[in-house]
Amino acid sequence: MPEFLSVFFRDYQFINGYLPIFIFVVFAFAFAGVTLLVALLIRPNNPDPEKLSAYECGSPPLMEANERFSVRFYLLGILFLLFDVEAMFLFPWAVKYDALGLFGFVEMMLFILVLLVGYFYAWKKGALEWA
Amino acid sequence: MGVVEGKFNDNFITSKVDSLVAWARKSALWPMTFGLACCAIEMMASGAARYDFDRFGVIFRATPRQSDVIIVAGTVTHKMGSAIRKVYDQMPEPRWVIAMGNCATCGGPYPNYAVMQGVDEIIPVDVYVPGCPPRPESLMWGVMQLQKKIEQEKFIRK
Repeated sequence: MPEFLSVFFRDYQFINGYLPIFIFVVFAFAFAGVTLLVALLIRPNNPDPEKLSAYECGSPPLMEANERFSVRFYLLGILFLLFDVEAMFLFPWAVKYDALGLFGFVEMMLFILVLLVGYFYAWKKGALEWA
Repeated sequence: MGVVEGKFNDNFITSKVDSLVAWARKSALWPMTFGLACCAIEMMASGAARYDFDRFGVIFRATPRQSDVIIVAGTVTHKMGSAIRKVYDQMPEPRWVIAMGNCATCGGPYPNYAVMQGVDEIIPVDVYVPGCPPRPESLMWGVMQLQKKIEQEKFIRK
């Protein structure tokens, strides 16, 4: 450590190990600041309504982004999430199927059964009915 | 206008700053892809492993907000023209245009009522890349021509 810095740190030996991190953080902020400042000076700035308009793949936007959606979308989203997670568990199980053997098979069938019960419950309750 | 854009006379320092800015701009030309026809296939090949556009700093973006150059690749119909103009308008400045292939350059083999006879009818084109479709090498040439053009542009000088 340089002499002028060790003056500040000599009473705090435990903090010495963090000096490189401190310097790193200072440089990181300085780099970001200098970059933004230089970009602020150099960049052209010609805003116009067309440039600031919402990007819709070249089409003019039809409506505001903050539209109201039917609450059923969220219900379907939750159901999708459930079976999405199920598929996520099925993949590693399928890959290691031989190693896991009968125990793994029974476990996975139980897991699917539990989810299927929930699925049929949601079906009966009319979660999948549209309109 | 920017803060220091076009405000200085020619001298050693300003020309060096300009060449530094030019170097930065030409080294990271992120294209807005506008693949409209078979030229787009060649454009995709240019971005893929064999021709590897990444080594020029050319990394394809899917949004005009992150793009420096729009590569119009393919046949521009009048119906598509408004979309191209809108996407071009939404790109931040500085922005450049490469017209890739004969269709985007002059209508190519379609001199008819539906096809715009060159994308330069609606947006200012910097580089025309001939070919039907141009090979990835040609598009590479086009990007390098654009880099040469950017090198000559003035940013903080008048």
